Amino acid sequence: MLKTKDKGLERVLIVKSSTDNLSVIRDFTKSSAAECGCTDEITNKIILAVDEACTNIIKHAYKFSPNGEIEVEIKLNKSKMVIDITDSGSHFDPNSVPNPNLIESQKQRRAGGLGIFLMKKLMDEVNYRILNDNRNQVELVKNLK
Amino acid sequence: MADFNVSTRGVGSVNVLDLKGYLDAHTAPELEKVFNKLIDDKSYNVVVNFRDLNYISSAGLGVFMAYVETMRENKGDIKFSNMKENVYNIFDLLGFPVLYEFFKDETEALDKFKVQG
Repeated sequence: MLKTKDKGLERVLIVKSSTDNLSVIRDFTKSSAAECGCTDEITNKIILAVDEACTNIIKHAYKFSPNGEIEVEIKLNKSKMVIDITDSGSHFDPNSVPNPNLIESQKQRRAGGLGIFLMKKLMDEVNYRILNDNRNQVELVKNLK
Repeated sequence: MADFNVSTRGVGSVNVLDLKGYLDAHTAPELEKVFNKLIDDKSYNVVVNFRDLNYISSAGLGVFMAYVETMRENKGDIKFSNMKENVYNIFDLLGFPVLYEFFKDETEALDKFKVQG
């Protein structure tokens, strides 16, 4: 689905919550960023942040059930790229997760919180909200200037 | 479908894993299987060659974190080599260089095992 608005670009992708679709989401993010004229460096950061956000949704909101829906909406205006990622699973606020302690995680042989930490490092803003229809929305913002 | 492949080859007492393609939450279980097999075989010296790996997400990084302690407890290690800059940057962002050894070339990583015996 491609929707072009007067002041910029807006593209939407809806996929099922299967990890198989992470590559589809990356391709969509990559082509959207290319259309916006983003540098490779910024494009790679956005691709990874969106991948991490969707992986979290599959894992925490849908608990690996592949039948949920993930909607990725990419909007661009002159100075920033905004990616809204919406799901209908359990509420999960990425900002509620503390930063990982690498040494402790390694001792415990688990790697919780790495993806969320990466999202925050790669993007300028990571916001979470519950929509009126009770769906979850993670908003990723990357300033382009 | 994400394109990912991992193959194992033995070089002396070390197992070298060649990674190819995209390592994400979908493909990470394939790498876990290989590490489980190495542990079953009591092969604790591992070099991961990243030459053909184009992409990694935290799910991929998590695999190394889940297995490295077992390797080290058994006097082995997981060492990394031949990483592309974009992939290294992700490891770096998360602070991995403090806990893992990175080498430009596979031979250097193999030599390090020889020195350590």
